[in-house]
Amino acid sequence: MFGKLTWQAIPWDQPIPLVAGSVVVLIVLAVLAWVVIKGYLPYLWREWITSVDHKRIGVMYTLLGAVMLLRGFIDAIMMRSQQAAAFRAAGYLPPEHYDQIFSAHGTIMIFFAAMPIVIGLMNFAVPLQLGVRDVAFPTLNSTSFWLTATGALLVNISLVIGEFARTGWLVYPPLSGLPYSPGVGVDYYLWALLISGVGTLMTGINFVTTILKIRAPGMSYLRMTIFCWTALAANLLIVAAFPILTATLAMLALDRYLDFHFFTNEAGGNMMMFINLIWAWGHPEVYILVLPAFGIFSEVISTFSGKPLFNYRSMVAATMFICLVSYMVWLHHFFTMGAGGNVNAFFGISTSIIAVGTGVKIYNWLFTMYGGRIRFATPMLWSMGFLVTFVIGGMTGVLLAVPPADFLLHNSLFLVAHFHNVIIGGVLFAAFAGITYWFPKAFGFKLDEGWGKIAFWLSLIGFYVVFMPLYVAGLLGMTRRLQHYDVAAWRPWVLVAGIGIIIMICAAACQVVQFVVSIRRRDELRDETGDPWDGRSLEWATASPPPPFNFAVLPDVRGEEPYWEIKRRAIETQQLSAEPKYEPIEMPRNSPTGFITAFFCTMTGFALIWHIWWMVGLGIVAAYAVFVWFAWRDVTEYSIPAEEVARFDRARRQAREQWLAQHAGQPA
Amino acid sequence: MSATDTSFDRATDPYRVGHGREWLSAGAGRGYVHATGHGEGGPASKRVIVGYGFWIFLLSDIVMFSAFFAAHAVLQTATAGGPSGRELFNWWSIVLQTFLLLVSSFTCGLSAVATEARSQLWTQLALLVTGLLGVGFLALEGRDFAGMVLQGAGPDRSAFLSSLFAVVGLHGLHVSAGLLWLGTMMAQIFVKGFRADILRRMVCFNLFWHALDIIWVALFTIVYLIGLGR
Ligand code: HEM
Ligand SMILES: [Cu+2]
Repeated sequence: MFGKLTWQAIPWDQPIPLVAGSVVVLIVLAVLAWVVIKGYLPYLWREWITSVDHKRIGVMYTLLGAVMLLRGFIDAIMMRSQQAAAFRAAGYLPPEHYDQIFSAHGTIMIFFAAMPIVIGLMNFAVPLQLGVRDVAFPTLNSTSFWLTATGALLVNISLVIGEFARTGWLVYPPLSGLPYSPGVGVDYYLWALLISGVGTLMTGINFVTTILKIRAPGMSYLRMTIFCWTALAANLLIVAAFPILTATLAMLALDRYLDFHFFTNEAGGNMMMFINLIWAWGHPEVYILVLPAFGIFSEVISTFSGKPLFNYRSMVAATMFICLVSYMVWLHHFFTMGAGGNVNAFFGISTSIIAVGTGVKIYNWLFTMYGGRIRFATPMLWSMGFLVTFVIGGMTGVLLAVPPADFLLHNSLFLVAHFHNVIIGGVLFAAFAGITYWFPKAFGFKLDEGWGKIAFWLSLIGFYVVFMPLYVAGLLGMTRRLQHYDVAAWRPWVLVAGIGIIIMICAAACQVVQFVVSIRRRDELRDETGDPWDGRSLEWATASPPPPFNFAVLPDVRGEEPYWEIKRRAIETQQLSAEPKYEPIEMPRNSPTGFITAFFCTMTGFALIWHIWWMVGLGIVAAYAVFVWFAWRDVTEYSIPAEEVARFDRARRQAREQWLAQHAGQPA
Repeated sequence: MSATDTSFDRATDPYRVGHGREWLSAGAGRGYVHATGHGEGGPASKRVIVGYGFWIFLLSDIVMFSAFFAAHAVLQTATAGGPSGRELFNWWSIVLQTFLLLVSSFTCGLSAVATEARSQLWTQLALLVTGLLGVGFLALEGRDFAGMVLQGAGPDRSAFLSSLFAVVGLHGLHVSAGLLWLGTMMAQIFVKGFRADILRRMVCFNLFWHALDIIWVALFTIVYLIGLGR
């Protein structure tokens, strides 16, 4: 009846996962109960769960990512404390548990923390910056989000029911094959990623179409913001790379479920093919994450330097160059495979060449700051921290790209330090910069600068204290993923890293405090103008938070920095442009399709993991039914009457006029 | 293609081809002008957006297939002492499958022509024939697969057979999904008529069905022709 699922699936005998799991379940139940008792459920359903508004979806993505970031961070704390304790000792985490933790950590951080935050920020900002009202396929967008949530949910269910993979975050065979991983851990991994991967792919399709086909009048390609360009590049990479991930994981699933032999030891399987395929996705993936991060830094640095971005066109070129070349370097993840000197040389060189594109960008950011009047607001601090940190990470990357050096450093803590250096210093810092930068746009009030700055400094210092020692430990020969060790020379470095994680814990706490304090002080922090940072691109041209339709009238774009020009004109002439003629606006209606689809996907995924075949069938039939039901509906849009548009826009114009009066006579 | 968009009215030319910016700077917020080639024309029409998005989807689907093709290319000789393609492939069945699929693409094209002529009868008929040809194709493929499994040459026999069943089966799954879509499409055209959104879906369905044909051509060459030579 329930396949492999029995009471034994719950880890009664392992106190740590049991207690942790119960606490999480209790918290979730408590939140749900609170929502229901307070009567928020209808509101949540109407305004968020079924919302197809890109801004709402963006906020939900970011929130999901932030929660998962905390979850992954707890794993990190456990790993660092285990290693601090496990010198010539067993530590407190048994090996089979430690293995699950580092696998879950990597999986969660990449797929369910970094990706959702990056996609969330793109969702929020790209249509606004393009000066339009929504993405190409709004309902699909909501479905993408809920499928991502499905994946995150499945991974977290594995905490209490069954186990997670013990294979590392990329489930290399043959270890991940059925003979060596007979449990459900790898299956949790597979179905979580297969399902959320479909969601990510649909996001890619959605955003490529949006950016290439839906822009405000006059917004030619070379007038788009760099964030839109990097989002375009990242989504092109998603479209071209995520199908490979899906295919690869599907092959592994076939091996495990139907006795196929793609990657098995026997019957002619070829496990190096898995490594090739997974990295043909995996390397583009790191650029899917970091390119939008570059975009965020570009926006922030130009805004807070009060200057247009230095050499915009070379920035575009470098972005697309990286987008292309990131496809030709995957083999640097397994130089040790033994492909031979020539092959390794090719990939070593192509890898180093990527750093050229990145270097161009670094110089552009520096020259943007040069001669500018820099304001050291929190987003700018994150960006400057990034500049320094990322250069170090890039250089250690180039070191690893030298095949003979990589033979020594591969799978060592040096590698671990490298990729945390670029992912934390690049993607995570960008996430925090982006969140503090766009938060006032999303919610109408700024985040508290004081706590934000403390959080920044603690994160920066904490990062260096954790990861610089790991470089050294790696050079001393310490390999990754060690549950315990007995080399005395590594000991001090591991301990320093352990101290660093304490600093990072304080940083994380400050971030949480920042949000709590800001929400409580929201009336003081309110931004009435819609332009709290003296911004330059179109998202600042509308109110904060923007209305569902974003712009009462689509802006008319005449240059690279449309909003800056509008603002300059307004200040010079001391008046806003003439009131436009308002017309009714058609907007897509909310739809529960995404949520219901995800519900059935969760069900199907769970059933597949536990071999509950009747439930699999049920889930698939139900998913088809939802599809037909959705396809059948007749009314897909609703109309916002012209008076309502006018009412909103007049209020906004009034606020702008007040702002203008305060800025009378000032040079822009 | 533009004839499939009912909202296209030649007399008034709502797209203002070539007039992108001047028209819009008048402040009209409704968009939907054709891009003028410099990308300054404002948001594209819904038909363009849907068609474009679907093309991107098809490209991503082809990327997924290429991963399976690559796997098959790597494993084509990994027969592990089991049968090779030369011993297994039923040449006539493959030719017949190819024929059915190619003809179904033709009838699918006819359905697009009939849609353009707004003929309910011929559209339904062409779609029906397309569907039947698709069913015939799947039946033949299923028969071949079943025969191989009974012979002891199922996907568990060797890596070669695993990759064969996977890549051919993936195509078969796509055809099955296409058939489901086709049935839904017929019902929708019947009930809702040639509404703009239904027409857009028809365009997508046609694209999908032809793409399956293109993939089959690759399958035919890489899996069967080359496989027969091994
Ligand atoms: C300057 C550009 C970069 C270069 C030259 C570079 C080079 C490398 C090389 C050669 C490796 C493989 C080392 C080994 O396994 O022995 C590697 C691993 C890795 N890099 Fe980079 N990298 C660069 C930028 C990035 C960026 C921007 C990210 C992410 C945002 C990133 C994330 C990773 C990850 C996640 C791994 C390894 C993961 C694993 O093995 O589990 N790298 N990098
Ligand atoms: Cu790489």
